[in-house]
Amino acid sequence: MNTIVTLSIVGIAAMLSEVFKLKRIMYSLVIAGLIVALGFSINDWTNFGSYFNQMVMVDSFSVVFSSLMIVTTLLWMLMSRNYFNSESSMSEHFALIVFALTGGVMMTTFSNMSILFLGLEILSFSLYIMAGSDKTNIKSNEAAMKYFIMGSFATGFLLFGITLIYGATSSFNIQEIANYTQQNKDALPAFFKVGVLMILIGLSFKIAAAPFHFWTPDVYDGAPTLVTAFMASVVKIAAFAMIYRLFVSCFITIYDFWTPVFAVLSAITMLAGNITAVYQTSLKRMLAYSSVAHAGYMLMALAAPGIASKNALLFYLAAYSLSALGAFNLLYSVHKVTGNEGIKAVKGLFYKHPVSAIMLTICMLSMAGIPPVAGFFGKYYLFTAALKENLLWLVLIAVLSSLIGIYYYFKVIIAAFQQPETENTGYCEKPSDLAILGICAVLSLLLGIAPQLISGLL
Amino acid sequence: MNNLLLIILFLPLAGMALSLLPSREATGKTALVFSLISLLLSVCLFIQFDPNGGMQQVLNYAWVPDLGINFKIGVDGISLMMILLTNVLSPLIILSSFGRRIENPKGLYALIQLMQFALIGVFISLDAFLFYIFWELALLPIYFICLLWGGKDRIRITLKFFIYTITGSLLMLVGLIYLYLQTPGSHTFDIQAFYDLTLSSQQQSLVFWLIFVAFAIKIPVFPLHSWQPDTYTDAPTQGTMLLSGIMLKMGLYGILRWLLPVVPAASADNAFIVMLLGIIGVVYASCIAIVQKDFKRMIAYASIAHVGLITAGLFTLKVEALEGAVFQMLSHGINAVGLFFIADMLMSRLKTHNMSEMGGIANNNSLFAVLFMIVLLGTIALPLTNGFVGEFLLLTGIYQFKAWMALFGGLTIILGAVYMFRSYQAIMLGSRHLNEGEFQPMTLSEKTVLGTIAFLVILLGVYPSFLMNAAAPSIKSLLMIINAG
Repeated sequence: MNTIVTLSIVGIAAMLSEVFKLKRIMYSLVIAGLIVALGFSINDWTNFGSYFNQMVMVDSFSVVFSSLMIVTTLLWMLMSRNYFNSESSMSEHFALIVFALTGGVMMTTFSNMSILFLGLEILSFSLYIMAGSDKTNIKSNEAAMKYFIMGSFATGFLLFGITLIYGATSSFNIQEIANYTQQNKDALPAFFKVGVLMILIGLSFKIAAAPFHFWTPDVYDGAPTLVTAFMASVVKIAAFAMIYRLFVSCFITIYDFWTPVFAVLSAITMLAGNITAVYQTSLKRMLAYSSVAHAGYMLMALAAPGIASKNALLFYLAAYSLSALGAFNLLYSVHKVTGNEGIKAVKGLFYKHPVSAIMLTICMLSMAGIPPVAGFFGKYYLFTAALKENLLWLVLIAVLSSLIGIYYYFKVIIAAFQQPETENTGYCEKPSDLAILGICAVLSLLLGIAPQLISGLL
Repeated sequence: MNNLLLIILFLPLAGMALSLLPSREATGKTALVFSLISLLLSVCLFIQFDPNGGMQQVLNYAWVPDLGINFKIGVDGISLMMILLTNVLSPLIILSSFGRRIENPKGLYALIQLMQFALIGVFISLDAFLFYIFWELALLPIYFICLLWGGKDRIRITLKFFIYTITGSLLMLVGLIYLYLQTPGSHTFDIQAFYDLTLSSQQQSLVFWLIFVAFAIKIPVFPLHSWQPDTYTDAPTQGTMLLSGIMLKMGLYGILRWLLPVVPAASADNAFIVMLLGIIGVVYASCIAIVQKDFKRMIAYASIAHVGLITAGLFTLKVEALEGAVFQMLSHGINAVGLFFIADMLMSRLKTHNMSEMGGIANNNSLFAVLFMIVLLGTIALPLTNGFVGEFLLLTGIYQFKAWMALFGGLTIILGAVYMFRSYQAIMLGSRHLNEGEFQPMTLSEKTVLGTIAFLVILLGVYPSFLMNAAAPSIKSLLMIINAG
């Protein structure tokens, strides 16, 4: 609970920093604030319970996912100093990031539909603005507009669903809804299930599940690379934590109604994401489609809810966020020098900067799910969870689409290890860039060798 | 001395770390020294080994305890043979690169040693998950060896190779997880638990095909071989040696350790199909080998023929054939490395693999001619060479299963003689006159490599029993597990 309070204070302070001329030290202050929030979040491990009139509920799930989000944001802050360079809008940028994180934490901690909605909107609104934060770039503007329109549309669905659920159960409280469905299992009105489906569709937009994923590539591609990295890591964690928490705690009684839907969504999403990614020549767009594909894998957790899949989801999110942060970080640095966001931009990287190339390779291997890197264990946990529920067909589709995935991840690796055509490829390797990439790669390896570090938390 | 196995496993990794240290000039020599120490330790392991002692030197550490994943390793006779093969061939493979111009040798030696680590891991894992990790880990270094030091068309070919093999691997992963979920209690990946499973025949058949495909691609068994000739031809010599000498044995070993005893009923049911594929592979690949003009490509097809026979032998589930298969795995490794090394020597001197552009070398360099002949005779399984022992036992076993299959399988020797002698004729004999200095004399390292291989060909052919005695009890006990299931 203290986490949300702290983060809100940090966010407001960041906004007010303009007035008090604190710009110079703002970066350090925000980092410090995040670390304090992380401390509160971890401290909550012993303080489970309901707060704010049962609006939020702190439990192991919320603590673990909130902490993961804060850690990821910290990593992101370290790699994104440049994002805060513009004098005119520095404080907004800080405030938006922190507010987005606050929204994310609310999305993992809610125990009431209104908080779920509030958190989601706080996160989304911050992101709409961030996507357009490269004000002079038309693509960035387009991304913000598209994101906003699609996001609002999805929110409409979500609200409609919540209303229908309220109509059926006369409550917004997760626990009460769960109890009601439990007691009236056979007498639920038809519009209750319609409400569940509406929520499912609305949230599918947010997590970019196919066939509701069409906004993702444009938004990811158009938004500034650093913002895209934020979306692929922190926002992904928030969205999946939210959807998992909602369905498993609220609608678990009728799980045989929605698990098949998620299984089908999962299959379509991973195939659509992976197949489209193969045809991309822009690295950024490829990573965008790959994020869609990863959403597909993670939906397997929802198709087979249980303790195993909860842990699997956590591990997969951590592994994916690490590799995505690493990959986008490198893309950002390369883009700054070469002005190119294609796969060609990393061509010959190995011959100029062997360490960076190897780190990038580790991130790509993690995304592709090759042992002994973290991504492999993520897939392994998900496959095991799905096989436990006898979803052999889904696992086989996941295997098939992983193969497609390997094809395009290896295109990047191959490019990095190819002889460069001209002299001025590559980028100027700064120690700070290398450090972030190094942290991502080393953590990916560490989680691949010792997965029990986080795999048994839930 | 329970840590000997652990040292053998991790020594190559230490060697790799040392090779990667910046500003070391003598990386090749460091790698060679490390691989020789590995060899020495494996010989110690062989001396200590008690043939009738079952699984030995077993170490079991918890790795991911809540998922029943353990770091469990151990050796029996079969694993021991494979370790010996790996550690005998590794120094030869490293030595074979001496005197060749290699860009970025540091990377190459590091990757070879990483490969050695993964291969040994595959051969000693007693936990299915650990086995899978090593199995996949072995793929990465060989992929990068082929990608970075391969021929013209390497990008397309290596990607095809990688996707082909990983298809199998992922299906195997699904199969292994399926087995894991069938184990009692809180589930485990332990090999003994897998052996103790009682599965219905549908379950066995599902698992059999999921796992078999992975092994069949690696070996490769007809019709899953289409990645192999291109990859063997285009890979650098060291990569081809690793692939043909040791890596394909992973598939054969996998069948022996992780397929036959785990799903014995399905193995027996599907034996006929698999053997048929193996025999088709023998005939088909031999015929293609005969018409090849490219020497390296010809060896690649010859390899498909030989491993086809081994695969067929494994599925007879007869003790002779299994002994023959294990022995032939060793022989084939040695012979294949020898032949690919000869191809590399020819390439480095004549700048071609095309046999029609060669000839007349025997007059010029008689030592090379003799050594080549010895390796060649081993390949076509002449009595008193290593190839004979294995193929004879394999054919005996196959004969007991189905006589006509042995007849077709025997073609491997006859057709083998055809293409091998034809290539020898084209390369070494003939009236083509070599210019002065066109075929330079063998260097010391070349003499060492080829001499060692020729020595092993004869040693194993004349005196096979010192190895067979170590492996035979393990093969018998494995067969007992299979028949009991």
